[in-house]
Amino acid sequence: MVKTILPLEISNASVRRRGKTLVGPVDLILAEKGFTTVIGPNGAGKTTLLRMMHGIERLSQGTVTWHGPNAEVRGRQAFVFQSPIMMRRSVRDNLTYPLTLGKTPKTEARQQAEDWAERINLKSALNRKATVLSGGERQKLAIARALIRKPDILFLDEPCSHLDGRATREIEELLQGAHEKGIRIIMSTHDMGQAKRLASEVVFILKGRIHEFSPADAFFDTPGTNEAKAFLSGDILE
Amino acid sequence: MTELFEGLKAAFLLLVRLDADLVEITLRSLQVTLSALVIASAIALPLGAILAVRRFRFRRATIAVLNALMGLPPVVVGLCVYVMFSRSGPFGVLGLLFTPTAMIIAQVIIIVPLIASIAHQSLRDLWAEYHDLLISLNTTQRQRIATLLWDGRRALLTASLAGFGRAIGEVGAIMVVGGNIDHATRVLTTAIALETGKGNFALALGLGFILIALAIAVNFAIHWLTRTEVEGRW
Amino acid sequence: MIRTVFLTACMMLMSPNALWAENIKLAVTTSFHNSGLSEVLLPAIKDDLELTVQLLVVGTGQALRLGEAGDVDAILVHSRKAEEAFLSAGFGTHRREIMYNDFVFIGPVDDPANVGASETAVAALQKIAVARSPFVSRGDDSGTHKKERSLWQAASLETGEFGSWYRSAGAGMGASLNTASGMNAYIMADRASWLNFGNKGDLALLFSGDPVLFNQYAFLPVNPVLHPHVRNDLALKLEEWLIGDRARELINSYTVSGETLFIFNAGPND
Repeated sequence: MVKTILPLEISNASVRRRGKTLVGPVDLILAEKGFTTVIGPNGAGKTTLLRMMHGIERLSQGTVTWHGPNAEVRGRQAFVFQSPIMMRRSVRDNLTYPLTLGKTPKTEARQQAEDWAERINLKSALNRKATVLSGGERQKLAIARALIRKPDILFLDEPCSHLDGRATREIEELLQGAHEKGIRIIMSTHDMGQAKRLASEVVFILKGRIHEFSPADAFFDTPGTNEAKAFLSGDILE
Repeated sequence: MTELFEGLKAAFLLLVRLDADLVEITLRSLQVTLSALVIASAIALPLGAILAVRRFRFRRATIAVLNALMGLPPVVVGLCVYVMFSRSGPFGVLGLLFTPTAMIIAQVIIIVPLIASIAHQSLRDLWAEYHDLLISLNTTQRQRIATLLWDGRRALLTASLAGFGRAIGEVGAIMVVGGNIDHATRVLTTAIALETGKGNFALALGLGFILIALAIAVNFAIHWLTRTEVEGRW
Repeated sequence: MIRTVFLTACMMLMSPNALWAENIKLAVTTSFHNSGLSEVLLPAIKDDLELTVQLLVVGTGQALRLGEAGDVDAILVHSRKAEEAFLSAGFGTHRREIMYNDFVFIGPVDDPANVGASETAVAALQKIAVARSPFVSRGDDSGTHKKERSLWQAASLETGEFGSWYRSAGAGMGASLNTASGMNAYIMADRASWLNFGNKGDLALLFSGDPVLFNQYAFLPVNPVLHPHVRNDLALKLEEWLIGDRARELINSYTVSGETLFIFNAGPND
């Protein structure tokens, strides 16, 4: 077992569907440590880029290479979708589900589920159906469910886009905690404030192509391209 | 109209007297149909899940065939099973013709397409909902199927109960393969057909009302056993 | 909980069909079963022989097919030509005549075709054809249907050329009687089925007694050379009982609504 499946190396990768290029070609290397935000206007290809990295979007060309044997690579990544997918089960069973797929004993899985429920303030809701939770609670549960297998890397697709300020802050705290524990995070977002608060580096994507990949401070202080400058100043980019 | 009341009266009298023959054919109806239901569900529910989850070459053709088979006349199924299990047929040596086992086999064939089709339709929607998550979690095919079957159990119960409804009321196939032998293969529906043939409409209707009551009772019992109604929305 | 249900169902499936040690499968025609005679004979057979007769109540055509396939041990039918064909093809060992009953013509009480005044069965059918009164035929290739066709033939009439007044029900005796009752039509039925029929409506018995309408029942054991598994021993045992004194008494004394239905006439093998 390798220590970490990072770095991630993407080379000349594209995703085309029905003759239209959604993303690419992309060349990118994500280092072992860091908190990357992917920003760009709607339809730029942020979701597709994340899905492509995670390996749930078929590549039309190029390669996405992790550092480790194929069998391990998929199990050590986690993905949180924009609208959280709640399984039709209790909160507890949602949390234990990823563990039961592996060989984690049942009592151990239940213990971990209770620990995580406590961390996301859902301990009292352990036996409630996940489908009746509020939007913020669902997203917290989705993140906890993603983290419960202790992944090396966590992808998040605009996790706070439908949430109010309080829920957003809770989730940011959750993500910062995970980051501090050494989990690599890649998150797309529309919220520039959030990107500034959390990110150590920024990927700026436009029309499926990466226009900038730089440290967060540098990107927000002195964007290198005219498109990034325009985007940050609120202009609409077509 | 008077026959309906006569029928209700006949049903009432049969029940009050707890007629021994009635108890026997009612229990046999239950034995045959519940056995067929368990076997058919064990085949059809995983089949529905496989059709929802897997993309294989003859998937569309399989779904089309299943949908077509839903409309298969039971008497045709009965004839096919008869030909197979007749002493002169390939499975004749088993000596299963005119036994409850042959009736169970015929009913399994009749309801598997129905249960599988309904199961596939509801699991297809659930799969659309779960698809990204289960792919992301790197689940195996087997795990996906198990997850869909478990989380979709409410809808699958509906599919199974639809199969039960079709099987318990079925007469064409079990008449041919069971033979409607008194004290051996007579069930409620074949008894109804027999009494109708004799012109005993009141008794036939009475047995019909008992059949309806039985079907309702089984539905309630299964819902109660699985406690789905209590759990609410799922 | 689901597991309990499953196990219960499995146990129900596995439980042996509670049958007695000795069973014989006998295919009989619907008209015989409708007569109710079997309800008298079967318990007596059980008492005397400790033999359970499992009746498969089907049309003559299906009864013969079940015998050919070896799915029953013997058949009890009433269609001489078909029985002889069955024997000559080697499907049965022999034919034993047991008893006879008779066919009757049933029709609307007001008898529009004036069938009641006929001298013979053939004349009665000719009157129905002339009046073009609705007539229900079994149309299922049963013994009764075969008899009806032979009578039309004897009347020099071709059923294929009849108009819509000639309705082929394609069903058993009871179901056909139901159809005739619903349509207020003429129909030929065996006396037993008619007497036991519960839905007479405006129908009545209009004509009977012509010897041509007598209906001979015969017992044919299935050939054990062709089908080694059939219980020829039990079939012979049953046959012996059926031609015996107890059967004679029960058959001759069986009445419905005060009328004798069957006349015992067991004779030597054909």
